[in-house]
Amino acid sequence: MKKMSEEVQGFKIEIKNLSKSFGVTEVLKDINLTVEPGEFIALVGQSGCGKSTLLRLISHLEKPTDGKIALDDLEVKKINPAVRYLFQEARLLPWKTVWENVALGSKDRSKEKAEIALQEVSLADKAEEWPSVLSGGQKQRVSLARALIGEPKLLLLDEPLGALDALTRINMQILIEKLWKEQGFTVVLVTHDVGEAVYLADRVVLVEDGKISLDKKITLARPRVKDNNFAYFERFILNKVMKNGEDIANEVADQTYAI
Amino acid sequence: MKNKIQVTDIILAWSIPLIGLVLWFVVTLHQNSASLFPPPTDVFTAVKRLIKDGTLAENIEISAARGAVGFIIGGVIGFLLGVINGQILIAEKILNTPIQMIRNVPHLALLPLILIWFGIGETAKVVLISLGTFFPIYLNTFHGIRYVDSSLIEMGKTYGLTRFELFKDIIFPGAMSSIMIGIRQSLGRMWLTLIVAETVAAKSGIGFMATNAREFMLMDVIVLSLIIYALLGSLSDFVAGLIEKRILRWHANYRKA
Repeated sequence: MKKMSEEVQGFKIEIKNLSKSFGVTEVLKDINLTVEPGEFIALVGQSGCGKSTLLRLISHLEKPTDGKIALDDLEVKKINPAVRYLFQEARLLPWKTVWENVALGSKDRSKEKAEIALQEVSLADKAEEWPSVLSGGQKQRVSLARALIGEPKLLLLDEPLGALDALTRINMQILIEKLWKEQGFTVVLVTHDVGEAVYLADRVVLVEDGKISLDKKITLARPRVKDNNFAYFERFILNKVMKNGEDIANEVADQTYAI
Repeated sequence: MKNKIQVTDIILAWSIPLIGLVLWFVVTLHQNSASLFPPPTDVFTAVKRLIKDGTLAENIEISAARGAVGFIIGGVIGFLLGVINGQILIAEKILNTPIQMIRNVPHLALLPLILIWFGIGETAKVVLISLGTFFPIYLNTFHGIRYVDSSLIEMGKTYGLTRFELFKDIIFPGAMSSIMIGIRQSLGRMWLTLIVAETVAAKSGIGFMATNAREFMLMDVIVLSLIIYALLGSLSDFVAGLIEKRILRWHANYRKA
Protein backbone atom coordinates (compact mmCIF):
# COMPACT_ATOMS: atom_id res chain seq x y z
CA MET A 1 0.00 0.00 0.00
CA LYS A 2 1.22 3.48 -0.81
CA LYS A 3 1.62 5.86 2.07
CA MET A 4 -0.01 9.23 1.94
CA SER A 5 3.28 10.93 2.68
CA GLU A 6 4.98 9.40 -0.35
CA GLU A 7 2.53 10.56 -2.92
CA VAL A 8 -0.66 12.49 -2.46
CA GLN A 9 -3.23 10.73 -4.57
CA GLY A 10 -6.38 12.63 -3.86
CA PHE A 11 -8.24 15.02 -6.11
CA LYS A 12 -8.45 18.67 -5.20
CA ILE A 13 -12.06 19.78 -5.35
CA GLU A 14 -12.96 23.36 -6.19
CA ILE A 15 -16.57 24.41 -6.14
CA LYS A 16 -17.38 27.90 -7.36
CA ASN A 17 -20.72 29.71 -7.16
CA LEU A 18 -22.56 26.44 -7.48
CA SER A 19 -26.36 26.47 -7.64
CA LYS A 20 -28.82 23.70 -8.28
CA SER A 21 -32.56 23.91 -8.75
CA PHE A 22 -35.13 21.23 -9.32
CA GLY A 23 -37.92 23.09 -11.07
CA VAL A 24 -38.66 26.13 -8.91
CA THR A 25 -37.04 24.66 -5.78
CA GLU A 26 -33.55 25.98 -5.26
CA VAL A 27 -31.69 23.22 -3.45
CA LEU A 28 -28.21 24.73 -3.44
CA LYS A 29 -27.51 28.43 -3.50
CA ASP A 30 -24.15 29.85 -4.51
CA ILE A 31 -21.91 27.28 -2.84
CA ASN A 32 -18.18 27.92 -2.65
CA LEU A 33 -15.96 25.23 -1.22
CA THR A 34 -12.41 24.01 -1.70
CA VAL A 35 -11.22 20.59 -0.57
CA GLU A 36 -7.48 19.94 -0.52
CA PRO A 37 -5.99 16.74 -2.00
CA GLY A 38 -6.20 13.92 0.53
CA GLU A 39 -8.46 15.88 2.84
CA PHE A 40 -11.38 14.22 4.64
CA ILE A 41 -14.37 16.49 4.90
CA ALA A 42 -17.81 15.82 6.31
CA LEU A 43 -21.00 17.50 5.16
CA VAL A 44 -23.59 17.61 7.91
CA GLY A 45 -27.02 19.13 8.09
CA GLN A 46 -30.68 18.35 8.52
CA SER A 47 -32.26 16.10 5.93
CA GLY A 48 -33.31 17.99 2.84
CA CYS A 49 -30.64 20.66 3.30
CA GLY A 50 -28.97 19.78 0.00
CA LYS A 51 -25.87 17.93 1.20
CA SER A 52 -26.62 14.78 -0.78
CA THR A 53 -27.37 16.86 -3.86
CA LEU A 54 -23.94 18.46 -3.49
CA LEU A 55 -22.40 15.01 -3.48
CA ARG A 56 -24.37 13.97 -6.56
CA LEU A 57 -23.21 17.12 -8.33
CA ILE A 58 -19.55 16.39 -7.56
CA SER A 59 -19.93 12.92 -9.06
CA HIS A 60 -21.89 14.32 -12.01
CA LEU A 61 -24.97 12.20 -11.28
CA GLU A 62 -26.68 15.62 -11.43
CA LYS A 63 -25.72 18.61 -13.52
CA PRO A 64 -25.34 22.04 -11.90
CA THR A 65 -27.83 24.77 -12.75
CA ASP A 66 -25.12 27.38 -12.34
CA GLY A 67 -21.48 27.64 -11.31
CA LYS A 68 -18.89 24.94 -11.66
CA ILE A 69 -17.02 22.13 -10.00
CA ALA A 70 -13.42 21.27 -10.81
CA LEU A 71 -11.35 18.24 -9.84
CA ASP A 72 -7.61 18.99 -10.04
CA ASP A 73 -8.42 22.10 -12.13
CA LEU A 74 -10.47 20.13 -14.65
CA GLU A 75 -14.15 20.98 -14.79
CA VAL A 76 -16.46 18.03 -14.11
CA LYS A 77 -18.22 17.33 -17.41
CA LYS A 78 -18.85 13.62 -17.14
CA ILE A 79 -18.70 10.78 -14.64
CA ASN A 80 -15.07 10.26 -13.67
CA PRO A 81 -14.02 6.67 -12.98
CA ALA A 82 -11.46 7.90 -10.43
CA VAL A 83 -14.36 9.22 -8.36
CA ARG A 84 -16.12 6.49 -6.42
CA TYR A 85 -19.51 6.81 -4.84
CA LEU A 86 -20.73 4.81 -1.85
CA PHE A 87 -24.48 4.88 -1.46
CA GLN A 88 -26.55 4.44 1.66
CA GLU A 89 -27.50 0.99 0.42
CA ALA A 90 -24.69 -1.27 -0.77
CA ARG A 91 -26.23 -1.63 -4.27
CA LEU A 92 -24.57 -4.96 -4.99
CA LEU A 93 -25.74 -6.90 -8.02
CA PRO A 94 -27.58 -9.92 -6.59
CA TRP A 95 -26.81 -12.05 -9.66
CA LYS A 96 -23.07 -11.69 -9.30
CA THR A 97 -20.96 -13.33 -6.62
CA VAL A 98 -19.17 -11.16 -4.10
CA TRP A 99 -15.88 -11.12 -6.00
CA GLU A 100 -17.61 -10.42 -9.33
CA ASN A 101 -19.32 -7.47 -7.69
CA VAL A 102 -16.01 -6.15 -6.47
CA ALA A 103 -14.36 -6.74 -9.86
CA LEU A 104 -17.00 -4.51 -11.44
CA GLY A 105 -15.01 -1.61 -10.01
CA SER A 106 -11.88 -2.35 -12.03
CA LYS A 107 -11.58 -2.00 -15.78
CA ASP A 108 -10.04 -5.43 -16.38
CA ARG A 109 -12.42 -7.23 -13.98
CA SER A 110 -9.56 -9.24 -12.51
CA LYS A 111 -10.35 -11.77 -9.82
CA GLU A 112 -6.92 -11.35 -8.29
CA LYS A 113 -7.44 -7.64 -7.66
CA ALA A 114 -10.92 -8.31 -6.34
CA GLU A 115 -9.54 -10.77 -3.82
CA ILE A 116 -6.91 -8.28 -2.65
CA ALA A 117 -9.59 -5.61 -2.23
CA LEU A 118 -11.74 -8.09 -0.30
CA GLN A 119 -8.83 -8.84 1.98
CA GLU A 120 -8.58 -5.17 2.84
CA VAL A 121 -12.13 -5.21 4.13
CA SER A 122 -11.55 -8.66 5.76
CA LEU A 123 -14.03 -10.50 3.58
CA ALA A 124 -11.67 -12.67 1.53
CA ASP A 125 -13.51 -15.82 2.68
CA LYS A 126 -16.82 -14.60 1.22
CA ALA A 127 -15.51 -14.15 -2.34
CA GLU A 128 -17.64 -16.96 -3.82
CA GLU A 129 -20.88 -16.19 -1.93
CA TRP A 130 -24.00 -14.52 -3.31
CA PRO A 131 -24.60 -11.06 -1.85
CA SER A 132 -27.98 -12.12 -0.45
CA VAL A 133 -26.35 -14.24 2.27
CA LEU A 134 -24.31 -11.32 3.65
CA SER A 135 -25.27 -9.09 6.57
CA GLY A 136 -25.85 -5.37 6.06
CA GLY A 137 -22.38 -4.49 7.33
CA GLN A 138 -20.72 -7.11 5.15
CA LYS A 139 -22.60 -5.85 2.09
CA GLN A 140 -21.41 -2.34 2.78
CA ARG A 141 -17.84 -3.59 3.16
CA VAL A 142 -18.11 -5.34 -0.21
CA SER A 143 -19.28 -2.09 -1.78
CA LEU A 144 -16.31 -0.36 -0.11
CA ALA A 145 -14.00 -2.96 -1.67
CA ARG A 146 -15.67 -2.34 -5.04
CA ALA A 147 -14.98 1.38 -4.65
CA LEU A 148 -11.35 0.86 -3.62
CA ILE A 149 -10.39 -1.62 -6.34
CA GLY A 150 -10.39 1.17 -8.93
CA GLU A 151 -7.78 3.12 -6.91
CA PRO A 152 -10.00 6.16 -6.52
CA LYS A 153 -8.72 9.67 -6.09
CA LEU A 154 -11.95 10.80 -4.53
CA LEU A 155 -14.39 8.83 -2.44
CA LEU A 156 -17.91 10.20 -2.04
CA LEU A 157 -19.73 8.64 0.89
CA ASP A 158 -23.48 9.24 0.97
CA GLU A 159 -24.38 8.10 4.49
CA PRO A 160 -23.03 4.63 3.81
CA LEU A 161 -23.17 3.77 7.50
CA GLY A 162 -26.65 5.17 8.11
CA ALA A 163 -28.43 1.83 8.04
CA LEU A 164 -25.90 -0.14 10.11
CA ASP A 165 -26.10 -1.05 13.77
CA ALA A 166 -23.93 0.83 16.27
CA LEU A 167 -21.15 -1.76 16.60
CA THR A 168 -20.81 -2.41 12.86
CA ARG A 169 -20.78 1.31 12.39
CA ILE A 170 -17.81 1.83 14.70
CA ASN A 171 -15.89 -0.92 12.89
CA MET A 172 -16.67 0.62 9.52
CA GLN A 173 -15.54 4.04 10.72
CA ILE A 174 -12.21 2.60 11.86
CA LEU A 175 -11.87 0.75 8.54
CA ILE A 176 -12.62 3.81 6.43
CA GLU A 177 -10.13 5.91 8.40
CA LYS A 178 -7.45 3.23 8.00
CA LEU A 179 -7.94 2.86 4.25
CA TRP A 180 -8.04 6.61 3.78
CA LYS A 181 -4.72 6.99 5.63
CA GLU A 182 -3.13 4.20 3.60
CA GLN A 183 -4.30 5.28 0.17
CA GLY A 184 -4.47 9.04 0.50
CA PHE A 185 -7.62 9.69 -1.54
CA THR A 186 -9.84 12.68 -0.84
CA VAL A 187 -13.09 11.91 0.99
CA VAL A 188 -16.37 13.76 1.13
CA LEU A 189 -18.68 12.17 3.69
CA VAL A 190 -22.34 13.08 3.99
CA THR A 191 -23.79 12.20 7.38
CA HIS A 192 -26.53 12.99 9.88
CA ASP A 193 -24.32 11.90 12.70
CA VAL A 194 -22.26 14.79 14.06
CA GLY A 195 -20.23 12.42 16.25
CA GLU A 196 -19.25 10.43 13.16
CA ALA A 197 -18.28 13.62 11.33
CA VAL A 198 -16.09 14.80 14.21
CA TYR A 199 -14.55 11.36 14.57
CA LEU A 200 -13.55 11.04 10.90
CA ALA A 201 -13.22 14.43 9.25
CA ASP A 202 -10.46 17.00 9.01
CA ARG A 203 -13.15 19.56 8.41
CA VAL A 204 -16.86 19.60 9.10
CA VAL A 205 -19.03 21.65 6.77
CA LEU A 206 -22.57 22.44 7.80
CA VAL A 207 -25.08 22.86 4.99
CA GLU A 208 -28.30 24.66 5.79
CA ASP A 209 -31.03 25.67 3.35
CA GLY A 210 -28.66 25.13 0.46
CA LYS A 211 -25.92 27.30 1.92
CA ILE A 212 -22.76 26.60 3.85
CA SER A 213 -23.30 28.04 7.31
CA LEU A 214 -20.26 26.64 9.07
CA ASP A 215 -16.84 25.37 8.02
CA LYS A 216 -15.01 24.06 11.06
CA LYS A 217 -11.56 22.48 11.19
CA ILE A 218 -11.35 19.59 13.62
CA THR A 219 -7.94 20.02 15.20
CA LEU A 220 -7.92 16.75 17.13
CA ALA A 221 -5.07 14.25 16.79
CA ARG A 222 -5.79 10.84 15.21
CA PRO A 223 -6.84 8.24 16.11
CA ARG A 224 -9.46 10.27 17.86
CA VAL A 225 -10.73 9.42 21.31
CA LYS A 226 -14.03 10.64 22.65
CA ASP A 227 -12.60 12.90 25.36
CA ASN A 228 -13.52 16.42 26.44
CA ASN A 229 -12.04 18.06 23.38
CA PHE A 230 -13.99 15.71 21.15
CA ALA A 231 -17.12 16.53 23.09
CA TYR A 232 -16.43 20.24 22.63
CA PHE A 233 -16.37 19.94 18.83
CA GLU A 234 -19.36 17.68 18.80
CA ARG A 235 -21.41 20.03 20.98
CA PHE A 236 -20.29 23.10 19.07
CA ILE A 237 -21.48 21.71 15.74
CA LEU A 238 -24.57 20.10 17.15
CA ASN A 239 -25.62 23.39 18.75
CA LYS A 240 -25.20 25.09 15.44
CA VAL A 241 -27.32 22.46 13.69
CA MET A 242 -30.00 22.43 16.36
CA LYS A 243 -30.27 26.19 16.77
CA ASN A 244 -31.27 26.58 13.18
CA GLY A 245 -33.24 23.38 13.41
CA GLU A 246 -35.38 24.91 16.16
CA ASP A 247 -36.23 27.84 13.94
CA ILE A 248 -37.46 25.43 11.32
CA ALA A 249 -39.42 23.49 13.92
CA ASN A 250 -41.06 26.73 15.09
CA GLU A 251 -41.87 27.69 11.54
CA VAL A 252 -43.56 24.37 10.96
CA ALA A 253 -45.48 24.75 14.21
CA ASP A 254 -46.62 28.26 13.24
CA GLN A 255 -47.87 27.01 9.91
CA THR A 256 -49.76 24.23 11.59
CA TYR A 257 -51.53 26.72 13.85
CA ALA A 258 -52.22 29.02 10.96
CA ILE A 259 -54.22 26.27 9.30
CA MET B 1 -28.31 -30.99 -11.12
CA LYS B 2 -29.79 -34.48 -11.21
CA ASN B 3 -29.33 -35.38 -7.57
CA LYS B 4 -31.22 -32.22 -6.63
CA ILE B 5 -34.44 -33.60 -8.05
CA GLN B 6 -35.93 -35.44 -5.13
CA VAL B 7 -37.79 -38.70 -5.67
CA THR B 8 -40.56 -37.57 -3.34
CA ASP B 9 -41.00 -34.43 -5.41
CA ILE B 10 -41.48 -36.50 -8.54
CA ILE B 11 -44.03 -38.71 -6.78
CA LEU B 12 -45.91 -35.68 -5.50
CA ALA B 13 -45.87 -33.99 -8.90
CA TRP B 14 -47.24 -37.06 -10.66
CA SER B 15 -49.70 -38.20 -7.96
CA ILE B 16 -52.79 -36.60 -9.52
CA PRO B 17 -52.10 -37.78 -13.10
CA LEU B 18 -51.56 -41.28 -11.68
CA ILE B 19 -54.85 -41.22 -9.79
CA GLY B 20 -56.49 -40.05 -13.00
CA LEU B 21 -55.00 -42.98 -14.85
CA VAL B 22 -56.31 -45.46 -12.25
CA LEU B 23 -59.79 -43.90 -12.29
CA TRP B 24 -59.80 -44.03 -16.08
CA PHE B 25 -58.92 -47.71 -15.94
CA VAL B 26 -61.66 -48.50 -13.39
CA VAL B 27 -64.39 -46.51 -15.13
CA THR B 28 -63.76 -48.03 -18.55
CA LEU B 29 -63.20 -51.57 -17.31
CA HIS B 30 -66.15 -53.18 -19.08
CA GLN B 31 -66.06 -51.30 -22.37
CA ASN B 32 -64.67 -52.26 -25.72
CA SER B 33 -62.66 -50.21 -28.14
CA ALA B 34 -65.67 -49.21 -30.19
CA SER B 35 -67.06 -47.11 -27.32
CA LEU B 36 -66.77 -43.34 -27.16
CA PHE B 37 -64.21 -43.51 -24.39
CA PRO B 38 -61.63 -46.24 -24.83
CA PRO B 39 -59.96 -47.95 -21.84
CA PRO B 40 -56.25 -47.28 -21.20
CA THR B 41 -55.35 -50.73 -22.47
CA ASP B 42 -56.67 -49.82 -25.92
CA VAL B 43 -54.64 -46.64 -25.95
CA PHE B 44 -51.64 -48.68 -24.92
CA THR B 45 -52.13 -51.08 -27.85
CA ALA B 46 -52.47 -48.07 -30.11
CA VAL B 47 -49.12 -46.84 -28.82
CA LYS B 48 -47.54 -50.19 -29.63
CA ARG B 49 -49.10 -50.26 -33.07
CA LEU B 50 -48.02 -46.69 -33.92
CA ILE B 51 -44.51 -47.22 -32.61
CA LYS B 52 -44.22 -50.31 -34.74
CA ASP B 53 -45.22 -48.64 -38.00
CA GLY B 54 -43.13 -45.57 -37.11
CA THR B 55 -45.89 -42.99 -37.43
CA LEU B 56 -45.79 -42.01 -33.74
CA ALA B 57 -42.13 -41.06 -33.66
CA GLU B 58 -42.40 -39.33 -37.00
CA ASN B 59 -45.41 -37.25 -35.99
CA ILE B 60 -43.94 -36.28 -32.61
CA GLU B 61 -40.74 -35.27 -34.34
CA ILE B 62 -42.52 -33.13 -36.90
CA SER B 63 -44.70 -31.45 -34.28
CA ALA B 64 -41.79 -30.79 -31.94
CA ALA B 65 -39.70 -29.35 -34.80
CA ARG B 66 -42.53 -27.04 -35.87
CA GLY B 67 -43.05 -25.90 -32.32
CA ALA B 68 -39.34 -25.32 -31.73
CA VAL B 69 -38.74 -23.36 -34.93
CA GLY B 70 -41.81 -21.18 -34.43
CA PHE B 71 -40.95 -20.63 -30.79
CA ILE B 72 -37.37 -19.63 -31.52
CA ILE B 73 -38.35 -17.21 -34.28
CA GLY B 74 -41.17 -15.67 -32.26
CA GLY B 75 -39.10 -15.62 -29.10
CA VAL B 76 -36.11 -13.92 -30.70
CA ILE B 77 -38.29 -11.27 -32.34
CA GLY B 78 -40.19 -10.71 -29.09
CA PHE B 79 -37.00 -10.49 -27.07
CA LEU B 80 -35.32 -8.06 -29.46
CA LEU B 81 -38.37 -5.81 -29.67
CA GLY B 82 -38.69 -5.94 -25.88
CA VAL B 83 -35.07 -4.91 -25.48
CA ILE B 84 -35.30 -2.11 -28.04
CA ASN B 85 -38.54 -0.71 -26.66
CA GLY B 86 -37.36 -1.14 -23.11
CA GLN B 87 -34.14 0.76 -23.74
CA ILE B 88 -35.04 3.42 -26.29
CA LEU B 89 -37.90 5.71 -25.37
CA ILE B 90 -38.58 6.92 -28.91
CA ALA B 91 -38.82 3.33 -30.17
CA GLU B 92 -41.43 2.55 -27.56
CA LYS B 93 -43.43 5.64 -28.50
CA ILE B 94 -43.49 4.58 -32.14
CA LEU B 95 -43.83 0.82 -31.80
CA ASN B 96 -45.89 0.23 -28.68
CA THR B 97 -49.26 1.31 -30.11
CA PRO B 98 -49.14 -0.90 -33.23
CA ILE B 99 -47.85 -3.81 -31.16
CA GLN B 100 -50.71 -3.42 -28.68
CA MET B 101 -53.19 -3.25 -31.57
CA ILE B 102 -51.92 -6.48 -33.07
CA ARG B 103 -51.87 -8.04 -29.61
CA ASN B 104 -55.58 -7.48 -29.22
CA VAL B 105 -56.33 -9.51 -32.32
CA PRO B 106 -56.21 -13.17 -31.28
CA HIS B 107 -53.45 -14.67 -33.35
CA LEU B 108 -55.61 -17.68 -34.17
CA ALA B 109 -58.02 -15.31 -35.92
CA LEU B 110 -55.25 -14.73 -38.45
CA LEU B 111 -55.33 -18.39 -39.43
CA PRO B 112 -57.49 -17.97 -42.56
CA LEU B 113 -55.30 -15.14 -43.78
CA ILE B 114 -52.11 -17.07 -43.11
CA LEU B 115 -53.47 -20.15 -44.86
CA ILE B 116 -54.26 -18.08 -47.93
CA TRP B 117 -50.88 -16.39 -47.91
CA PHE B 118 -48.67 -19.33 -47.08
CA GLY B 119 -50.75 -22.38 -47.98
CA ILE B 120 -50.93 -25.36 -45.69
CA GLY B 121 -47.18 -26.01 -45.78
CA GLU B 122 -44.70 -25.66 -42.96
CA THR B 123 -44.33 -21.89 -43.37
CA ALA B 124 -47.92 -21.23 -42.35
CA LYS B 125 -47.57 -23.18 -39.12
CA VAL B 126 -44.25 -21.65 -38.22
CA VAL B 127 -45.59 -18.15 -38.88
CA LEU B 128 -48.66 -18.82 -36.75
CA ILE B 129 -46.61 -20.22 -33.86
CA SER B 130 -44.18 -17.31 -34.06
CA LEU B 131 -47.10 -14.91 -33.82
CA GLY B 132 -48.45 -16.78 -30.83
CA THR B 133 -45.19 -16.99 -28.91
CA PHE B 134 -44.01 -13.48 -29.67
CA PHE B 135 -46.22 -11.46 -27.33
CA PRO B 136 -45.60 -13.00 -23.92
CA ILE B 137 -41.85 -12.79 -24.43
CA TYR B 138 -42.08 -9.27 -25.80
CA LEU B 139 -44.22 -7.99 -22.94
CA ASN B 140 -42.25 -9.64 -20.17
CA THR B 141 -38.88 -8.61 -21.62
CA PHE B 142 -40.13 -5.05 -22.00
CA HIS B 143 -41.46 -4.84 -18.45
CA GLY B 144 -38.47 -6.66 -17.01
CA ILE B 145 -36.12 -4.14 -18.58
CA ARG B 146 -38.23 -1.14 -17.62
CA TYR B 147 -38.47 -2.15 -13.99
CA VAL B 148 -34.84 -3.02 -13.32
CA ASP B 149 -33.87 -1.33 -10.04
CA SER B 150 -32.78 2.14 -11.16
CA SER B 151 -30.43 2.49 -8.20
CA LEU B 152 -28.35 -0.39 -9.61
CA ILE B 153 -28.20 1.31 -13.01
CA GLU B 154 -27.10 4.51 -11.31
CA MET B 155 -24.41 2.54 -9.48
CA GLY B 156 -23.25 1.13 -12.81
CA LYS B 157 -23.02 4.61 -14.29
CA THR B 158 -20.92 5.92 -11.42
CA TYR B 159 -18.56 3.02 -12.06
CA GLY B 160 -18.14 4.14 -15.64
CA LEU B 161 -19.75 1.09 -17.28
CA THR B 162 -20.35 1.45 -21.00
CA ARG B 163 -23.89 1.16 -22.40
CA PHE B 164 -23.20 -2.41 -23.43
CA GLU B 165 -21.75 -3.34 -20.05
CA LEU B 166 -24.72 -1.74 -18.33
CA PHE B 167 -26.99 -3.97 -20.41
CA LYS B 168 -24.93 -7.14 -20.02
CA ASP B 169 -24.17 -6.84 -16.31
CA ILE B 170 -27.17 -5.04 -14.88
CA ILE B 171 -30.20 -4.62 -17.14
CA PHE B 172 -30.35 -8.06 -18.75
CA PRO B 173 -29.76 -10.14 -15.60
CA GLY B 174 -32.14 -7.82 -13.74
CA ALA B 175 -34.86 -8.52 -16.30
CA MET B 176 -34.13 -12.24 -16.45
CA SER B 177 -36.76 -13.49 -14.00
CA SER B 178 -39.41 -11.56 -15.90
CA ILE B 179 -38.13 -12.88 -19.24
CA MET B 180 -38.36 -16.45 -17.91
CA ILE B 181 -42.04 -15.89 -17.07
CA GLY B 182 -42.52 -14.77 -20.66
CA ILE B 183 -40.78 -17.88 -21.94
CA ARG B 184 -43.03 -20.18 -19.92
CA GLN B 185 -46.16 -18.37 -21.05
CA SER B 186 -44.93 -18.54 -24.63
CA LEU B 187 -44.34 -22.28 -24.35
CA GLY B 188 -47.99 -22.71 -23.38
CA ARG B 189 -49.10 -20.67 -26.37
CA MET B 190 -46.70 -22.58 -28.59
CA TRP B 191 -48.50 -25.88 -27.91
CA LEU B 192 -51.92 -24.29 -28.21
CA THR B 193 -51.10 -22.77 -31.59
CA LEU B 194 -49.43 -25.95 -32.77
CA ILE B 195 -52.49 -28.04 -31.98
CA VAL B 196 -54.85 -25.64 -33.75
CA ALA B 197 -52.59 -25.33 -36.79
CA GLU B 198 -52.13 -29.06 -37.11
CA THR B 199 -55.78 -29.81 -36.55
CA VAL B 200 -57.02 -27.31 -39.12
CA ALA B 201 -54.50 -27.82 -41.86
CA ALA B 202 -51.74 -30.39 -41.88
CA LYS B 203 -50.62 -33.59 -43.50
CA SER B 204 -48.44 -34.69 -40.62
CA GLY B 205 -47.91 -34.11 -36.91
CA ILE B 206 -49.80 -35.11 -33.82
CA GLY B 207 -52.72 -32.81 -34.59
CA PHE B 208 -53.04 -34.38 -38.00
CA MET B 209 -52.87 -37.82 -36.38
CA ALA B 210 -55.85 -36.91 -34.18
CA THR B 211 -57.87 -35.37 -37.01
CA ASN B 212 -57.16 -38.30 -39.24
CA ALA B 213 -58.18 -40.71 -36.48
CA ARG B 214 -61.49 -38.86 -36.14
CA GLU B 215 -62.31 -39.72 -39.76
CA PHE B 216 -62.05 -43.39 -38.89
CA MET B 217 -63.46 -43.09 -35.36
CA LEU B 218 -60.18 -44.34 -33.89
CA MET B 219 -60.92 -43.15 -30.36
CA ASP B 220 -57.73 -44.69 -28.96
CA VAL B 221 -55.55 -42.59 -31.29
CA ILE B 222 -57.48 -39.41 -30.52
CA VAL B 223 -57.05 -39.91 -26.78
CA LEU B 224 -53.40 -40.81 -27.31
CA SER B 225 -52.81 -37.54 -29.20
CA LEU B 226 -54.23 -35.59 -26.28
CA ILE B 227 -51.99 -37.43 -23.84
CA ILE B 228 -48.94 -36.75 -25.98
CA TYR B 229 -49.77 -33.06 -26.06
CA ALA B 230 -50.07 -33.05 -22.28
CA LEU B 231 -46.76 -34.88 -21.85
CA LEU B 232 -44.88 -32.68 -24.33
CA GLY B 233 -46.30 -29.60 -22.65
CA SER B 234 -45.20 -30.67 -19.21
CA LEU B 235 -41.82 -31.75 -20.55
CA SER B 236 -41.15 -28.33 -22.06
CA ASP B 237 -42.25 -26.67 -18.85
CA PHE B 238 -39.94 -28.94 -16.89
CA VAL B 239 -36.98 -28.03 -19.08
CA ALA B 240 -37.83 -24.33 -18.79
CA GLY B 241 -37.94 -24.80 -15.03
CA LEU B 242 -34.47 -26.35 -15.00
CA ILE B 243 -33.07 -23.50 -17.07
CA GLU B 244 -34.76 -21.00 -14.79
CA LYS B 245 -33.27 -22.63 -11.72
CA ARG B 246 -29.83 -22.45 -13.25
CA ILE B 247 -30.07 -18.87 -14.49
CA LEU B 248 -31.71 -17.53 -11.36
CA ARG B 249 -29.61 -19.51 -8.93
CA TRP B 250 -28.54 -16.30 -7.22
CA HIS B 251 -32.15 -15.71 -6.22
CA ALA B 252 -32.98 -16.83 -2.67
CA ASN B 253 -36.25 -18.42 -3.86
CA TYR B 254 -34.41 -20.86 -6.09
CA ARG B 255 -31.57 -21.78 -3.85
CA LYS B 256 -33.29 -24.44 -1.79
CA ALA B 257 -35.89 -25.89 -4.09
